Amino acid sequence: MLSKPKTAHGRYLVRLFGLMSLYLSLLFIAVRFLERPNAVTGPLAYILAFGPAVPVIGIFWAVARLIIEMKDEYQRLLLVRQTLVATGFALSLATGWGFLEQFSLAPHIPAYYWAVVWFAGLGVGAAFNRFTMGDSGGCI
Amino acid sequence: MKNRLKVLRAERDWSQQDLAERLGVSRQSVNAIETGKYDPSLPLAFRIADLFEQPIEAIFLRD
Repeated sequence: MLSKPKTAHGRYLVRLFGLMSLYLSLLFIAVRFLERPNAVTGPLAYILAFGPAVPVIGIFWAVARLIIEMKDEYQRLLLVRQTLVATGFALSLATGWGFLEQFSLAPHIPAYYWAVVWFAGLGVGAAFNRFTMGDSGGCI
Repeated sequence: MKNRLKVLRAERDWSQQDLAERLGVSRQSVNAIETGKYDPSLPLAFRIADLFEQPIEAIFLRD
C-alpha cells in the first residue's frame, strides 16, 4: 500500500489526481446517461448532471487544505495571494461577461467555465507574486 | 522591517539554505525575510532569535 506523502504539496497532488480521475469518471457517466435518446430523467438526472461538479468543488477544497497544511508561512502567504488574485480575476471576468451577455454582445458561456478561468487565474496570481514579491511561489 | 539576518548569517558562514534548514523553512522564506519583502510571524521571529541567541529586537529593527 502506498504511504501518505509527507509534504503538504505531495498530499495535494494525490488529492488532485484522485479528484481529476473522479471527474473524468463522473463526466463519462453523465454524458453516457444524459446525452442520448431515452436519457435518464427526474431526480437521478439531476444527481448525474451534478456529479462532475463535485470533484471540481473538491479541487477548491484541496487548495484550501494545501493552504491549511503548508508549514512554510511565506510560501503560504504567496499561495493565499495567488488564490485571491485568481478569485478576483475569475469573478471580474464573469461579471463583465455576464453584462456583455445580457446585452447580446457576447455568446452564452456555461457557468462551469468560470472554474476553468479561476484555475487560469492561479497563473495570473503566480505572475502577480513574481512581479510584486519577486517570487511566484511555485505552481499548484 | 529592517533586520540583521544577513549579517548574523554571514558571521556564522551559513548559506541561506543552511539557515532555512535550521529554521525549518524554505530558502525562499529566508531570502524574503533578509531582503525585507516579508516580515516573519512572531513564532518564527522567536525561532530566529533563539537560533542566533539574541533578543528579537537585536535582530529586527524598526524602520
